[in-house]
Amino acid sequence: MARTTLTRTVLAAVAATSLFTLGACASDAGNEPAGGGETTAADDGVITLGFSQVGAESGWRAANTKSIQDTLTAENGFDLKFSDAQQKQENQIQAIRTYITQGVDVIAFSPVVETGWDAVLQEAKAAGIPVILTDRAVDSDDETLYESFIGSDFVKEGTTAGEWVVENFDGDGLKVVELQGTTGSAPAIDRKEGFEAAIDGSDVEIIDSQTGNFTRAEGKTVMEGFLNKHDDIDLVFAHNDDMGLGAIEAIEAAGMEPGKDIQIVTIDAVKDGMQALADGKINYIVECNPLLGPDLAKIAQAVVAGEEVEKRIVVKDEAFDQAAAKEALPTREY
Amino acid sequence: MTNLLRHYLFWPVAALVALLVANTVARPSFLAITIRDGHLFGAPIDILRTTAPLLLVALGMTLVIATRGIDLSVGAVVAVSGAVALSHLASSPNPESPVTVLTAVGLALALCLVLGVWNGFLVSALGIQPIIATLILMTAGRGVAMLITGGMITTVNSAPFKVLGSGFWLGLPVAAVLAFGVFAVVAFVVRRTALGMLLEATGINPAASRLSGVRSKTLTWTVYAASGLFAGLAGLLISADTMAADANNAGLFIELDAILAVVIGGTALSGGKFNLSGTLVGALVIATLERTVTVLGISPLVTPLFMALVVIAVTLLQSPRMRERLTAATRRPVATTPPEPQPAARPDSTEVKTR
Repeated sequence: MARTTLTRTVLAAVAATSLFTLGACASDAGNEPAGGGETTAADDGVITLGFSQVGAESGWRAANTKSIQDTLTAENGFDLKFSDAQQKQENQIQAIRTYITQGVDVIAFSPVVETGWDAVLQEAKAAGIPVILTDRAVDSDDETLYESFIGSDFVKEGTTAGEWVVENFDGDGLKVVELQGTTGSAPAIDRKEGFEAAIDGSDVEIIDSQTGNFTRAEGKTVMEGFLNKHDDIDLVFAHNDDMGLGAIEAIEAAGMEPGKDIQIVTIDAVKDGMQALADGKINYIVECNPLLGPDLAKIAQAVVAGEEVEKRIVVKDEAFDQAAAKEALPTREY
Repeated sequence: MTNLLRHYLFWPVAALVALLVANTVARPSFLAITIRDGHLFGAPIDILRTTAPLLLVALGMTLVIATRGIDLSVGAVVAVSGAVALSHLASSPNPESPVTVLTAVGLALALCLVLGVWNGFLVSALGIQPIIATLILMTAGRGVAMLITGGMITTVNSAPFKVLGSGFWLGLPVAAVLAFGVFAVVAFVVRRTALGMLLEATGINPAASRLSGVRSKTLTWTVYAASGLFAGLAGLLISADTMAADANNAGLFIELDAILAVVIGGTALSGGKFNLSGTLVGALVIATLERTVTVLGISPLVTPLFMALVVIAVTLLQSPRMRERLTAATRRPVATTPPEPQPAARPDSTEVKTR
């Protein structure tokens, strides 16, 4: 009996280990370097850059990942180690630690949430590896922990969205529901703040606000709840396109016409969102440019060469109404 | 009255009613059902539709738990199912054709059945602990889904497939009709044949039931396969709901919600006796709870806490020991009454552990 138990335990352990490894390979495909050597930029001119991505939660993120993978290629003098954190901070911290151990030249990442990074960034600093933040910021008193932050100005995105709403609907007593991004993330906090600041002083009113976690599925369920709860929703402000697309589904299921009966304003301008805008289902989109690859490459090269870089690089964002979307759609890269 | 209070469905149903009342107080028209665009519309209909995937997963989970097992891999299977179906649709030249959609659905369900059979093989043929055996697929499954979708969220337009998630049949959501239909068929097969009793026998004592001629191994194998298949169907409903296959988030933590539904429904995790009707109520409670959070306008920061409190309340009220204390406290203190013995082997009762 004891022997069978032992055999079973061993079998289970073997099976578990092999499959865990398989799972890890699958989700971190392309993470490991082919040679695995400890090369630095100095000896071969190739910059080894470890990038920890948030996940694949939205179309925006997919475009962002593609831009980084397409720019930081071997032809452009980079050895990119890419990992996907599946929206978990502990996975990102682990990935960053791995990059530190591997002795990469530069670490870049988009923090899932704003806080809790000091310890791991201290480790990177102690190891002498420069850190570049992309897309999202960290909330830390010590600005020396990272070299530069490349990304959009989320507060301004929220403000632009709010200004459009005020410009078009001030005086109508507009009732707005808000679909927030992931609780605690920089874009959710900043876009909310910017939007609220912009509608301050007008008669536009936010009557309800819930998190939809930046995903379509949750955007849809939360919007269904809002529709059950309120009869008088005039406009949805979604912190990203995907939640807005989810809201469209919920509004259509409620027998109303999105873009007419209930107006929709979102942020991101990914392809599906722009298509919905051109189709008249969304009314206004503020762009959040995901093509950060070229900027990241430039900054990484400058940092490795020992040059001074700007602490904050703001990516230029545009905004589209329905007419502009129809015009821009054929030539959009993402 | 005490009999009613003791019925295993009393507290879950009470919780469901309490949630509905809370919603109706916050929003008097909450229970109103109207007809829009030729189908029923209203919060109760939404709840039925959002319950559908959870009900399917919880149904499989109940059968697995009845055999003293557990299936942690259902969330990953949900992700795989959506990934397979939408990838097939996206790669086909004509995603609108019913044949393509049927192929996509067939492929996804077949693969999920295979995954379920794999779990059954690990548990029943190799004798690996169910929690470990299914943990393997829980972790690896999302990796497989990521491989299938290439790490992207696959989106596609296909009207016939969308019907699964947002369509209506005779005024009712197709997703709900499917899930409740499957539930009814399984409940019928399990309770009107000896199958349910054989499952319970396997859960209560696999060795003894095998010696008395029950094919425990085959039964165990079958329930894991069924769980995989139901999770696959749930995955189709979830991905059709938004027409997007999200390998990371589709069905995330649905295994925990399903286990919760089973537990709220009064099935003990130690196996043996199981209540399908309890699972149904449990799934409805969870779906209603999620809707309640939005209707009551509970801040996203305290949502998990609120949900935890409701669940703790329900499970505490359901626990036989807790109930004994409560009745003892409310009763006038009588000179040393020994604790009431539990009634013996009442059919469909979970309070009795026949071991």
